[in-house]
Amino acid sequence: MLRRTGQSVVVLAGVSVIVFALVHLVPGDPIRLALGTRFSQETYDALRERSGLDQPLVEQFFSWAGAALTGDLGVSFRSGETVTSLIAERLPATLTLAFASILVALLIAVPLGTLSALRPRSLVDRGATVLSQIGISVPEFWMAIVLILVFAGTLGWLPSGGYVPLTEDPLGWAQRLLMPALVTGVVSGSVITRFVRSSVLEALGADHVRTAQAKGLPTRQVFTWHVLRNALLPLVTVTGVQLAYLLSGVVVVEIVFAWPGLGQLALQAVQARDYPVLQGAILLFAVVFLVINLVVDLLYTAIDPRIRR
Amino acid sequence: MTAPVLEVDDLRVQLRTPRGTAHVVNGLSYSVGPGETVAVVGESGSGKSVSVLALLGLLPQRVATVSGRALLQGEDLLSMPPERLRQVRGPGAGMVFQDPMTSLNPVLTVGRQIVEGLRAHADVNAAAARRRAAELLGEVGLPDPERALDRYPHELSGGMRQRVVIAIALSNSPALLIADEATTALDVTVQAQIIDLVERLQTDHGTGVIWITHDLGVVAGIADRVLVMYGGRCVEDGTVDDVLERPAHPYTRGLLGSLPDLAAPVGPGGEVPDLTTVPGLPPPPTDLPAGCVFWPRCPVRGDARCETEQPPLVQVGSGRSGHFGRELPHRAATWCSEEVR
Amino acid sequence: MTGQPLPEPAPSPTATDAGIPSTQRAARPRWRETLGLLARNPAAAVSGALLLLIVLVAVFDEALAPTGPNEISVEDRLQPPSLEHPFGTDDLGRDIFSRVILGAAVSLRVGFLAVAVALVIGSLIGLLAGFYGRWVDDVLMRIMDMLFAFPAVLLAIAVLAVRGPGSGNTALAIGIVYIPVFARVTRASVLGVREEVYVRASRSVGASDLRLLTRHVLPNAAPPIIVQTSISLAFAVLAEAALSFLGLGTQPPNPSWGLMLAEGRGFIDIAWWLAFFPGMAIFLTVLCFNLLGDGLRDVLDPRQRTLMAGGAR
Repeated sequence: MLRRTGQSVVVLAGVSVIVFALVHLVPGDPIRLALGTRFSQETYDALRERSGLDQPLVEQFFSWAGAALTGDLGVSFRSGETVTSLIAERLPATLTLAFASILVALLIAVPLGTLSALRPRSLVDRGATVLSQIGISVPEFWMAIVLILVFAGTLGWLPSGGYVPLTEDPLGWAQRLLMPALVTGVVSGSVITRFVRSSVLEALGADHVRTAQAKGLPTRQVFTWHVLRNALLPLVTVTGVQLAYLLSGVVVVEIVFAWPGLGQLALQAVQARDYPVLQGAILLFAVVFLVINLVVDLLYTAIDPRIRR
Repeated sequence: MTAPVLEVDDLRVQLRTPRGTAHVVNGLSYSVGPGETVAVVGESGSGKSVSVLALLGLLPQRVATVSGRALLQGEDLLSMPPERLRQVRGPGAGMVFQDPMTSLNPVLTVGRQIVEGLRAHADVNAAAARRRAAELLGEVGLPDPERALDRYPHELSGGMRQRVVIAIALSNSPALLIADEATTALDVTVQAQIIDLVERLQTDHGTGVIWITHDLGVVAGIADRVLVMYGGRCVEDGTVDDVLERPAHPYTRGLLGSLPDLAAPVGPGGEVPDLTTVPGLPPPPTDLPAGCVFWPRCPVRGDARCETEQPPLVQVGSGRSGHFGRELPHRAATWCSEEVR
Repeated sequence: MTGQPLPEPAPSPTATDAGIPSTQRAARPRWRETLGLLARNPAAAVSGALLLLIVLVAVFDEALAPTGPNEISVEDRLQPPSLEHPFGTDDLGRDIFSRVILGAAVSLRVGFLAVAVALVIGSLIGLLAGFYGRWVDDVLMRIMDMLFAFPAVLLAIAVLAVRGPGSGNTALAIGIVYIPVFARVTRASVLGVREEVYVRASRSVGASDLRLLTRHVLPNAAPPIIVQTSISLAFAVLAEAALSFLGLGTQPPNPSWGLMLAEGRGFIDIAWWLAFFPGMAIFLTVLCFNLLGDGLRDVLDPRQRTLMAGGAR
């Protein structure tokens, strides 16, 4: 476990080097690029000094990484706000969407995957297979556009996008969350459905299920404790990985639904050549990804007695 | 005369496979008396495991067709409603499987797996069931049973796990214990311990035992009677003495010949006699030969009927009035049995 | 993934020679057999045929398209599908049918290029890591872990932010994203083959590393890589569309499917066909690559060593 955590730290160090290098790979002067064509020498010098670009490269890296460790990710070229505050502003929206999506995904995947496994080659199974194949292959942004057309356009039931905080307008919050969560949830749900199906199928065929039947347990008990429990343990891992992907994978969906999350921030930063913000956002995503993977591994160790130490 | 615990009559099992219908068990009849051990022997693929799984309804329903009759204490297992069958599994018949590495659920504690079996059949509270589970573990010879209750299967050795499986099978004091290759996966010393354990428990509780194995050494050690299966049929049955010492069916003789006989005299030059094995492979159950199932591999075939007519299971030798007050005939299904006599 | 049983050791070549089907040898001289098995999977067979058609369309795009990609015809703007314009026209009066055909060329070119980058670099890394083991393995795979820690779409966005938008850079960006996946799959596959009897036998008679790798290890480690290639093509087409949709990939006026979708988005409530047909084209292409990948997996990689489709979206 210590080894596992150590690995994560090594990877994180490498990741920060790559993130740092990104900005310095940009051909030309990032500040000149960011400021466009019309700026005064004073503005330029001030920005250059504040972002530490006048220092030697190695020194820059360590001061940047050191500051990042304390939560200081620098200052936006554009707005002058600290990157940390920009990210903090956007983080709740992205977290909300990611967790809502994973909820949708699990609500689809667990029943559908289980039913397919219980009746392999049945109508339900074939239907689920086709649906999950479609869900994996459909472009999210296309599904988003179609949903907007139907539910916001034709039917007029839901707003086409935007975000309001839960505390201000719970109904509006839910209405705006529904479609983006559905889109990303269906895609992740398709992946998880296939996993649940194969996992339950495998568990159904396990020898210990026969033992449980042979001791005369009621079918429901056999299924809950000897099939489902075993099949869903590894689901923790898959769900964690999907959550990690969702946190970053929602970029496109955030754009379509005007959801003010981190993905949108990152894209805006690319378009505005606001490198400190882009750097900060990518670093954060990578850290979140590593942390989730680490937590999932540790959690799995805790719930699966076979690898508990 | 005591009523048999189990009476199987004309058991047939077909499995649907991608390669067509497999006739895995083809008219099997036998009985097991209380306290009696019947060994079912045969090569892998002879249908011996399927024949017992079918009794308890443990074959996948979607692919298996089972017919015939199997009276467990007078009740037909094959025609009873599913809920009744569930109630019978456990108190009626307990089962021990081949591989103790996989036959326990890896993510539940040993105690939990015994307790749930107990509570599925008797209205006992959790604490009482736990006490009983510890007793059972003690009975099957687990050291420190109280602590063993909270262990997970992977924390125990193979032999210990098999003891747990036996404890589960015996937890509801079944009238019949079915051991399906229960010692095959274990090493020889542990094998002997497990066999001793089952024999002791059998004597204590008067349980009838079906012991499925392909190991004739085990048969000689544990069985009262032997049933030799080949191609889903019983080709020979009788008391352990009759079958092992006076085998009538060429297949049984082949099996016995393939055992290194430690008592056999060493040849004059000091060489050990050759092992006679049964050449060839058993027939695929999707494509059984007409006539005697064994004829394609039979070393002494020659009777005109071998290839066309199925030999009936008929008495060979004298037959003897055995223990348990029952007739225990020695029977074999072969056209060659006259020659044997 | 923790808690999963390790893959069983690969069957030995003697088992193969005895006629027992083996995954290890399936790839090499058995193209015909593989195709035969694949043909028995209707979904994979239809997908393969459809993909062949799509590729042909992409190759002969200019010959097949009724009009040029950027022939503007103002009087024909926003026409619904008709005989003259099967998929309708866009806001500039351009024929969408033609643009979808020409877009196939762009999307597939980027997709194939991206996967080629990932396949060549990733497999090479995986091959070296798996074959040499020890510190080579440690260093290479740790670097792959670092790359893998970046969210796929974001990494591609970052690469494009550095290199600037455009088709070539899009292919590069997607290719970089998929390098670690190929490295992992290849490494796992090589590890399964490395200790095989025939590899050890060749080594014992003094075959050079290069000969071992190219003659014995790579051909036998190939099946999972082939499966991964098909699935990665699905991802690459999807990613190209997403990046172009975001305005970072293929640039206008080139007709990429993702870009057409982005352009059509504004007209969705008055002219649905603008976004519908390019979306359908993406969907069908991706679906076919996924189904073909699944079919190939069943035939070539029954032990499921490759990542599931969508596993890295």
